[in-house]
Amino acid sequence: MDYIGEHLLPGQLGHFLVLLSLVASIVAFIAYFKSANAKQVDEAVSWRKIGRIAFMTDAFSVIAVFLIILYIIVQHYFEYYYAYNHSDKTLSAKFLLSSIWEGQEGSFTLWTLWHGVLGLVLIRTAKKWEAPVMAVISFAQICLATMVLGIYVFDLKVGSTPFMLTRHQFSNAPIFSQPNYLENITDGVGLNQLLQNYWMVIHPPVLFLGFASTIVPFAFAIAGLWKKEYGGWVKQALPWSLFSGAILGLGIMMGAYWAYESLSFGGYWAWDPVENASLVPWLILVAGIHTQIVYNSTGHSLRATYFFFIMQFLLVLYSTYLTRSGDLQDTSVHAFTGSGMNWQLRSLLFVFVVPALALFIARYKKIPSIAKEENSYSREFWMFIGSLVLFLSAVFIIIATSLPVINTITGSAFTIGEDKEFPYNRIQVFVAVVLGILTAVTQYLKYKNTAKATFYKKLLIPTVVALAISLSISFWGNINYNTYGPGFLAAIHLALFASVYAVIANGTYIWGGLNGKLKAAGASVAHVGFGLMLVGILISSSKKEVLSMNFLNPLNFGPEQKEKGVENLTLYQGVRTDMGKYWATYAADSVTGKKGNVTYFRIDMERKDGSERFPLYPDLIKNTKGQEGYSNNPDARHYWNKDIFVYVNASSKIQEEKDTTQFRAHEVKVGDTIFYSNGFIKLDSVTANPPSGGYYQAEAGDAGIRANLSIVTREQQKLSAHPILYVRNNEVEHVMDSVYNQGLAIALSKVIDDKHIEIRVRETSQLVPFLALKVLQFPFIRLVWLGTVLMVIGFVMSMLYRIRLLKPVGAERALRKKEPSTPPREVPTEI
Amino acid sequence: MKKIHIVILVAIAAGIMVLLSFMGDLSTYETLSSARQKAGKTVTVITQLDKNFPIEYNPAVNPNLTTFHVTDSLGNKARVVYYFEKPFDMEKSDRIVLKGKMQGEVFEISRKDGILIKCPSKYKDDPKAAYNNLSQK
Repeated sequence: MDYIGEHLLPGQLGHFLVLLSLVASIVAFIAYFKSANAKQVDEAVSWRKIGRIAFMTDAFSVIAVFLIILYIIVQHYFEYYYAYNHSDKTLSAKFLLSSIWEGQEGSFTLWTLWHGVLGLVLIRTAKKWEAPVMAVISFAQICLATMVLGIYVFDLKVGSTPFMLTRHQFSNAPIFSQPNYLENITDGVGLNQLLQNYWMVIHPPVLFLGFASTIVPFAFAIAGLWKKEYGGWVKQALPWSLFSGAILGLGIMMGAYWAYESLSFGGYWAWDPVENASLVPWLILVAGIHTQIVYNSTGHSLRATYFFFIMQFLLVLYSTYLTRSGDLQDTSVHAFTGSGMNWQLRSLLFVFVVPALALFIARYKKIPSIAKEENSYSREFWMFIGSLVLFLSAVFIIIATSLPVINTITGSAFTIGEDKEFPYNRIQVFVAVVLGILTAVTQYLKYKNTAKATFYKKLLIPTVVALAISLSISFWGNINYNTYGPGFLAAIHLALFASVYAVIANGTYIWGGLNGKLKAAGASVAHVGFGLMLVGILISSSKKEVLSMNFLNPLNFGPEQKEKGVENLTLYQGVRTDMGKYWATYAADSVTGKKGNVTYFRIDMERKDGSERFPLYPDLIKNTKGQEGYSNNPDARHYWNKDIFVYVNASSKIQEEKDTTQFRAHEVKVGDTIFYSNGFIKLDSVTANPPSGGYYQAEAGDAGIRANLSIVTREQQKLSAHPILYVRNNEVEHVMDSVYNQGLAIALSKVIDDKHIEIRVRETSQLVPFLALKVLQFPFIRLVWLGTVLMVIGFVMSMLYRIRLLKPVGAERALRKKEPSTPPREVPTEI
Repeated sequence: MKKIHIVILVAIAAGIMVLLSFMGDLSTYETLSSARQKAGKTVTVITQLDKNFPIEYNPAVNPNLTTFHVTDSLGNKARVVYYFEKPFDMEKSDRIVLKGKMQGEVFEISRKDGILIKCPSKYKDDPKAAYNNLSQK
């Protein structure tokens, strides 16, 4: 059948380019492999030439594939399943971009795109290491190209193509029997609401650049083993590992920031397997960077460097497997569910793990190491200890995260207990203590050996200052997080000291140790950032507060209820409600959005002491993707020292049933009981000629009665209502009473005889619009972000510094001219 | 013995202790009936929403109480009490992973993250929903 209006060319071109990238990367791999193993120079050069052309072809193809996917999405070509399934016409330009990484195919393409770009840079800069390093990267490109291939080899599906046509995806849907089916597909399914966030536009590209860049130190390490030039690559690879550390760290923390802003994890870090999966390679990478620097300066720790650089990349692949295979879906909020590509993901892991580890083990003995052990007063010894701690902490995290995999292999059924975060926190708080102190102290040690007296003398002032600061935080900072008992609280205080110590000691080192030479201070800056981040993490998580504690509703939900669930507060529209230090008022709401799918609520917050008033606008978004239900999106007020987050958990606006309930009449006498759905109402007494009160203004000549009703809810809450019936100027008037939180409207409708009256009761949930609100306060959260930024800046500073040191003589001479007394190599050489 | 060996030994010892204490705190996956036998102990159960009963959440009365019914893979049923707001996508879930305690006939969840909702649509898209979408047009 000929279909009308389809644009098949981009898809065909895309398919072709995917195939081309596969073939080109195979050619590049073989050529670079030959070149690396060639005995003669001209043979090596001619193979390298082929390798370069092939790799450039590959890089060009994957960039083009990415652009074609983007083109299909931007043009709204819904005949392509990727565009249909991940985008719609209402998305703004930036979210069209994030449609690409909603699916697995797009994110694989992004990854291979970055490999291509990094490869092009390496071709220009790797010099004699080009052939073996590029062979490794070309091999990775082969594997990744098969991931987006989407062909069947016999019955085996190899990869999943982003250029699948919608009519092929659902080949038996009746709609495709008409040639003009496209006229009926007017819009796509849209983008997941959670991804429609600014941070989700930039976080995935940065994170994937981080992931992609981890292959470079790995490739250098493999190249070193392969060419048996064990130490030759280490200096040259240092800017690359620093780059990786910066970008991967930045990507992870951008994800944390997104999680924080959208509150989908309930904070910035929840030890969710998806988060752990990217943190673990970073920790090991950072361990590797430190041993790499140790080797450059002293010749120690080369074996460890190999181990860390190989492991960090293998763990990136393992993480990819974990988050994409669906094995984690019972433990993670955010993992992909299975895609039927598990065999391929497993193979990707094995084709790297087996050869890399085999090569490492086979050559391990030949990697040079220094028999004499490090001095206890040497920098290299403690840097190595720090790397070891980083590594062990990573091992712990990855074991805990891998429980589902362990269960599958051993048939056990373990899972992390009710409290997901504490099992991690109680270990990592000690890791923070050790790392904080090591970070603070180690800079003051020199390589090889340090004079003890000067070491202690230089360290004295920072130690005293750090103690003073951290003790004042401990005493006056009101850090009394005793959820997990005094032991954990003590550990938090200890960690607080360690991290303050790291900040102060590294800050003073920039002047004391480096004489203010900022160019060489990358390491100190990164360490200050790391310390600040730790301080921020410790304070913000131990002092996180729920402001919307439900003390207003003096409800008695049972003996344990008070501790259990009191985090949401019900607000009725227009009613100023008590919320701890604030009054909160649900002022208004409005529906906006291109599809009318966003409901904004205006919540007026007012400090009880009158010091400030501000409105906040949290919203509820009706889910796209043809799904029912809503997502909530918080609004926040940022202060220099805290953030206040407000979000709506439920609202009468989204309960769609219409209010059709009627009043029901009950004939009662004093002492009688009327039942309603959630409890009962009792007529306690009747007051004749009641005084003014509520909406009733007594006037002379009124003849009235008031029913005094007590209401007992199912939750044993006691409430009261006082409807009034009165006669004024021969007219019968009613004053109804409402019990908002029970949805009751009660009227005293008539007097039947001298004993009996008629009470009318209406039950509804929609007397007044209401919402359930949660308000959280995170103190000193800015330290976490400030620390992250500083850390990344520190990494980048070191990277630039190291690149300059690698530059040939010209640059070195220029450097010497500036600082005649210090040859560049002896400028303190930590990261 | 070298210092580094001592350090590594200490690290290994610490690591083993950490892992042992970690293993001790792990909970296990149970079914609802085995959870009943372990009343009062925290367990993890993979369940499905029992759609014969409504999800009860009335924020006007109590914004911190959600109750619903679940069925596990063996067909056991239980009522669940969750002391927080109703998760938004609960109705759409195809699986719900519960962490909590069985108290009598009621499964109680007293931590906010004691519920993990798995929707077919959340990250991986639901091909069925897309199919239905297309078929309606």
